[in-house]
Amino acid sequence: MSAVTVPTASAWDRVRTYRPPNRYLPILATAALFVGLFGVGGIRYDGLTDPQVLLSLLIDNAFLIVLGVGMTFVILTGGIDLSVGSVVALSTMIAAKTLDMGWSPYLSIVAVLATGTLLGLLMGLLIHYFDIQPFIATLAGLFLARGLTYLISVESISIKDPTVTDLAFRTVHLGDYYVRWTAIIALATVAIAAYVLARTRFGRTVYAIGGNEASAMLMGLRVAFTKVGVYVISGFCAALAGLLFSLYILSGNSLHAIGMELDAIAAVVIGGTLLTGGRGYVVGSLLGVLVLGIIKTLISFDGTLSSYWIRIITGVLLLAFVVVQRFATRRRP
Amino acid sequence: MTQMRTPAGTTSVPAAEPQPVIEMRDISITFGAVRALDEVSVRLFPGEVHALMGENGAGKSTLIKALTGVYAIDAGVVTIDGERHEFSSPAAAQAAGISTVYQEVNLVPNLTVAENMLLGREPRRFGSIDVREMNRRARRTLLHLGIDVDPRTVLDEHPIAVQQLVAIARAVDVEAKVLILDEPTSSLDADEVEKLFTVMRRLREEGVAIVFVSHFLDQVYEIADRMTILRNGRLVEERMVADTTQLELVRLMIGRELEVLDRLDRAAPTTGAGSGTPLLTAVGLGRKNTLEATDLALYEGEVVGIAGLLGSGRTELARLLFGADTADTGELAVRSHTRRLRSPRHAIDRRIAFSSEDRKAEGVVGDLTVADNMLLALQASRGWLRPIPQGTRARLVKDYIEALDIRPADPTALMRNLSGGNQQKVLLARWLITEPEILILDEPTRGIDIGAKAQIQAKVAELAAQGLSVVFISAELEEVLRLSDRLVVMRDRRKIDERTNDDVSVRDVLEIIAGETRSEEDTHA
Repeated sequence: MSAVTVPTASAWDRVRTYRPPNRYLPILATAALFVGLFGVGGIRYDGLTDPQVLLSLLIDNAFLIVLGVGMTFVILTGGIDLSVGSVVALSTMIAAKTLDMGWSPYLSIVAVLATGTLLGLLMGLLIHYFDIQPFIATLAGLFLARGLTYLISVESISIKDPTVTDLAFRTVHLGDYYVRWTAIIALATVAIAAYVLARTRFGRTVYAIGGNEASAMLMGLRVAFTKVGVYVISGFCAALAGLLFSLYILSGNSLHAIGMELDAIAAVVIGGTLLTGGRGYVVGSLLGVLVLGIIKTLISFDGTLSSYWIRIITGVLLLAFVVVQRFATRRRP
Repeated sequence: MTQMRTPAGTTSVPAAEPQPVIEMRDISITFGAVRALDEVSVRLFPGEVHALMGENGAGKSTLIKALTGVYAIDAGVVTIDGERHEFSSPAAAQAAGISTVYQEVNLVPNLTVAENMLLGREPRRFGSIDVREMNRRARRTLLHLGIDVDPRTVLDEHPIAVQQLVAIARAVDVEAKVLILDEPTSSLDADEVEKLFTVMRRLREEGVAIVFVSHFLDQVYEIADRMTILRNGRLVEERMVADTTQLELVRLMIGRELEVLDRLDRAAPTTGAGSGTPLLTAVGLGRKNTLEATDLALYEGEVVGIAGLLGSGRTELARLLFGADTADTGELAVRSHTRRLRSPRHAIDRRIAFSSEDRKAEGVVGDLTVADNMLLALQASRGWLRPIPQGTRARLVKDYIEALDIRPADPTALMRNLSGGNQQKVLLARWLITEPEILILDEPTRGIDIGAKAQIQAKVAELAAQGLSVVFISAELEEVLRLSDRLVVMRDRRKIDERTNDDVSVRDVLEIIAGETRSEEDTHA
């Protein structure tokens, strides 16, 4: 254990004297949790320390990472998007159906992305201009998208298009290890989102709305544009995640991704983003997804534990993080 | 309309006076049937702090909102540097160089100081925000104002006072000609106020015209050069602060000649109470930034009147007595049982009732009936498991509608359809039904018609005669004097005087309120 988790004395001194700004604490906690889980797993189970496990984690959770990115935008404004799981299912269905009908894969991709973006736009407009609770507006979106999926086909449709299957199985080699394109797309999404949030006026307005919407309005920021914008982004990300999921599972099915929106929300919260908005980072959401992923991996490595333990541990973690955040963000008197 | 209308009593303007940067002439604003502003004129000069003075409802905030483009002006002219302007929105006013900082800090707590100062106009390079340049610019502005804050720190790590200064820094960063500070000091302590004043003085030296609204007379006398006094939506006078004593100012704000007031005032205590052990004793009761340590004793059947201007701490004291806010210091004993009142529930259990000054937000439930509104407190104190029997309900409601002459005398009428006076009577009934021993009334007669006012006053006197102890708070001194056996005078969040109400006149109270001048320490002016 000493080799993995306890650094040398001088490094420890530096760690001890360094105090990170409070706003980074939740994200550091998540990072530490991930490293800790990975370390503990590495000691208990042979083969877990193989870097390929880490890469597989990215590959297996690529769609959830993208979903988490979109969700982060929404939650940062203080909103919520419950529709994303259904939009993922709808996206797999549209992709499978259009490919089955002989569409070009590119056209199919455009159709999927356009549908998700449009759904996001509609929900955003409802939320901002009709002042409907995000919870209700996106709950309606959840049912609508799921229903549309059944409308297209009640049966599962498998994806056999050679271009697509080729892309799904193609690997990018890094020395002895490999990743798939889906993981690269997911990481690129995280990078772009991190840039947008940190370095553009749009991104800063997202945080400002989460901090205090009325103030943001009085400061003359583009509140309407931004509020609708985050749901458009979330819709787009859900569609993109749907495409990645299609590549992962190679079928369109109305029963795909049921409850995945909750996984995404859990990942975002475990990643340190405050549900009340205004605080959090997409990198945190990436770490949140990885934490959820490593729990799954650990349980499958163990072999003796049933898969429902994933749910139980996720629940406990979620609760612990929300409670810790509550204390960390409590206003000093 | 080129001729400047000089209101009666204004000292004539010396010829050498500089041009006002903003002149508002004969501004009138009407809401429905109410004339919120009636031909009010204000002149703001560069390099001056201009205080807007007046009691509640005098029209200060309406005037500010007219100047900042929030309200449209019905009649009158606004000129900036001699040019006529009409603002259609707050953004238009801002573009013309008028910046406003409200009492409630309108910034976002989760972003850094620099971001808060520059949100929406961040310096950019190749399309992305140049954080380094942003921090540099923020630091320069802060340094210039003498505010010692690291622009990279997150806003809510700082106390309200610093946040207030950052809000000012944001306002100044847009090259404001006029800076409006609406009650900026209401939640600051003395040191913090001093910091704010340092910044204000610096801006004044640079020629910014500052509008300052505050209920603290000492602060006005410390920082302001000129003041405009409003009353009931009308202009009373424009004065130089140095030429006006505090007594004069208070008189101008409250209005009416003191001699007339002296005659009006009966100053007759209602009962001869005040013996035995007190029912309620507060020793050193206080709360940070709200109320300095205050002693108070309340005897059975006694009416204690609390007099003071708005913001003097009178409401704050009432809230502490009721447990609506918790006290940081001091002790409160009810029937000599020392208790820390942690919540209104505790207070209700100790038979204390409190009718809040904010009738709309903290009293009336508009969508419930008169009967439901009346029985709310009783039901709450009984708990939800013990409903009030139908017969008792009907009897209580009927009795109180009659006793207080509530109109319409219909228990099923919706509360929101009642007039203010009748709503107030229902609220009084709500607390009386709980059979309290101590009744705290905060502004029970504000904004209600004369008839209802007299009825409520009579009822309070009658209840006290029956042995109820009452704490009576009102902005109307005549009313307080008429009803109280004992008088507590408050100012600047502390009790400055307490006396038995025998032959105390309105003039006496005004002198007590205005009396504590700090002219000896006042180096300015």
